[in-house]
Amino acid sequence: MTEVEETLKRIQSHKGVIGTMVVNAEGIPIRTTLDNSTTVQYAGLLHQLTIKAKSTIRDIDPQNDLTFLRIRSKKHEIMVAPDKEYLLIVIQNPCE
Amino acid sequence: MEIVYVYLKKRSEFGKQCNFSDRPADLNIDILPNPELAAQFVERNPVDTGTQCSVSMSEHEANTERFEMESRGVNHVEGGWPKDVNPLELEQTIRFRKKVEKDENYINAIMQLGLIMEHCIKQNNAIDIYQEYFDDEEEVEVTEEASSAKTINVFRDPQEIRRTATHLSWHPDGNRKLAVAYSCLDFQRAPVGMSHESYIWDLENPNRPEMALKPSSPLVTLEYNPKDSHVILGGCYNGQIACWDTRKGSLVAELSTIEFSHRDPVYGSIWLQSKTGTECFSASTDGQVMWWDIRKISEPTEVVILDITKKEQLESALGAISLEFEPTLRNPFYPKNFLTVGDWTARIWSEDSRESSIMWTKYHMAYLTDGAWSPVRPAVFFTTKMDGTLDIWDFVFKQSDPALSLKVCDEALFCLRVQDNGCLIACGSQNGTTTLLEVSSGLSTLQRNERNIASSMFERETRREKILEARQKEMRLKEKGKAEGKDDDQRDEELATNLEEMVAQAEKEFFDIVFTELKKKEVEAMAKKTKPKKASLEMDEEVEGDYTGEEEEVSDEKSV
Repeated sequence: MTEVEETLKRIQSHKGVIGTMVVNAEGIPIRTTLDNSTTVQYAGLLHQLTIKAKSTIRDIDPQNDLTFLRIRSKKHEIMVAPDKEYLLIVIQNPCE
Repeated sequence: MEIVYVYLKKRSEFGKQCNFSDRPADLNIDILPNPELAAQFVERNPVDTGTQCSVSMSEHEANTERFEMESRGVNHVEGGWPKDVNPLELEQTIRFRKKVEKDENYINAIMQLGLIMEHCIKQNNAIDIYQEYFDDEEEVEVTEEASSAKTINVFRDPQEIRRTATHLSWHPDGNRKLAVAYSCLDFQRAPVGMSHESYIWDLENPNRPEMALKPSSPLVTLEYNPKDSHVILGGCYNGQIACWDTRKGSLVAELSTIEFSHRDPVYGSIWLQSKTGTECFSASTDGQVMWWDIRKISEPTEVVILDITKKEQLESALGAISLEFEPTLRNPFYPKNFLTVGDWTARIWSEDSRESSIMWTKYHMAYLTDGAWSPVRPAVFFTTKMDGTLDIWDFVFKQSDPALSLKVCDEALFCLRVQDNGCLIACGSQNGTTTLLEVSSGLSTLQRNERNIASSMFERETRREKILEARQKEMRLKEKGKAEGKDDDQRDEELATNLEEMVAQAEKEFFDIVFTELKKKEVEAMAKKTKPKKASLEMDEEVEGDYTGEEEEVSDEKSV
């Protein structure tokens, strides 16, 4: 359990990281560093997007699978690491 | 054949109810076939008829009713929690979360994901993947796409009785809204029951207007106050000026008194760029221009009576129909040059040359109703015509024809307004439909060197006109001098030689033009054999009319 804590803390302490959250397969946020309403919003939207992205990859090539999803916007970058049951979401402000 | 069958009914029985009774069929007339008539027909053998072996089908078109849409928001509540956990209760959610965190899968998953994630985060921090490497190099000129414009949206007058959209005004901030004034411009032919309302439309919602303005008499013109975007000024059909505050509602906030207002419909109104932001002008066909302060709208601050010879904006009216003060019709880049639209042409004038316009379009088939400069490109302007077409002129590209001519609708277009970014144009038509068009980027972005080219063109034309004017003045002076000093032979001689030269030159040019026109007309009128001679005669007069500059000289010569 402490390793989990350490990992998450380390990720959060990287340069430019605004927030980190862990979401389960139903879209429920398990662990988050942001406030509740923002977390719920991100969780709901990104969860659906990840599922769509995954199915896209699998449709094109059934042997393939989604490993990582990166969304770059004007203000920051949202990175999603999917797993069978959980999603790790990090919002970072890339330094330019 | 005489066939007579008589129906009898007693007068006393008229209006009596009918009592029907059954009786067997009664043969009244029997016309037997007359074999002699057969002699008048010729038998046709073989008979030619077409047949088809396929399935017979028919084609139908159906136009569906306009689909009305409305945007609404949906409020989401937190979901996804298992049934036994109530998302609102903090204890339960915390308990649930703690439970999950103890799961072994969770721990493994996080370790894995954490690794991948860290890699990407570090990558982000290391380099900027969107860095622009070739910023310094000059942009290669992209091949120009053909200029085009397409209709984005159409706003229809929701009233049943159609009225003309007489004036449009864009909202000053952000341009998301458009105010349209509706009225019936035919003198005293406004149908009974026609609504006086004018509407404010939101561009996103073409089905219903956002707000209605209710004056006592229909509005002919409408303007947003550029300083205060909630205030709208309207000029009414009965000559009054009215003022609205969109925050307060649809009824008139202020109204000018009838005694002090115009006698004719107010055709033009415009806000002044004053410090207070509350002053405006209004103009109408009764020949007056009034200056108002909306804080005290019961009477005008000042009245100016217009003469035809001064400040005529549209050559077709005795009074002012459109107001030009500060950049409206003036070219926003070159305030000395302004555009007027009237009779069947559009002309560009320069303040320096008063006698005639420096550039003008050819005479069109349909009457031109409105024109506007593009606020982005100095060489582009738009005109609307009575046959429903919108012309976009770009005189850097082509001077004789519009760069783009679009048929917007079947009815006449009455007014036109360009949005400040130069991309969107709104035009209002006779049956109240306002169409929103988007112009292609080629016509709405400033081209390289365009300012220089446009300014050099304007200067060149102005100079040409000045030279012509000077020439004319010279001629007139000489005329006068000659008429007064009849015994001055030398002057006569000089004049004569000068005149002869000029006559020769003018004649030559004149006939050149006539011949080219003649040729054109002959080619066109090939079918009408009697007409060519007549056409050439007519055309002489026509060309004389067109040929403004030299024509005066020629007629001077002829009178000498």
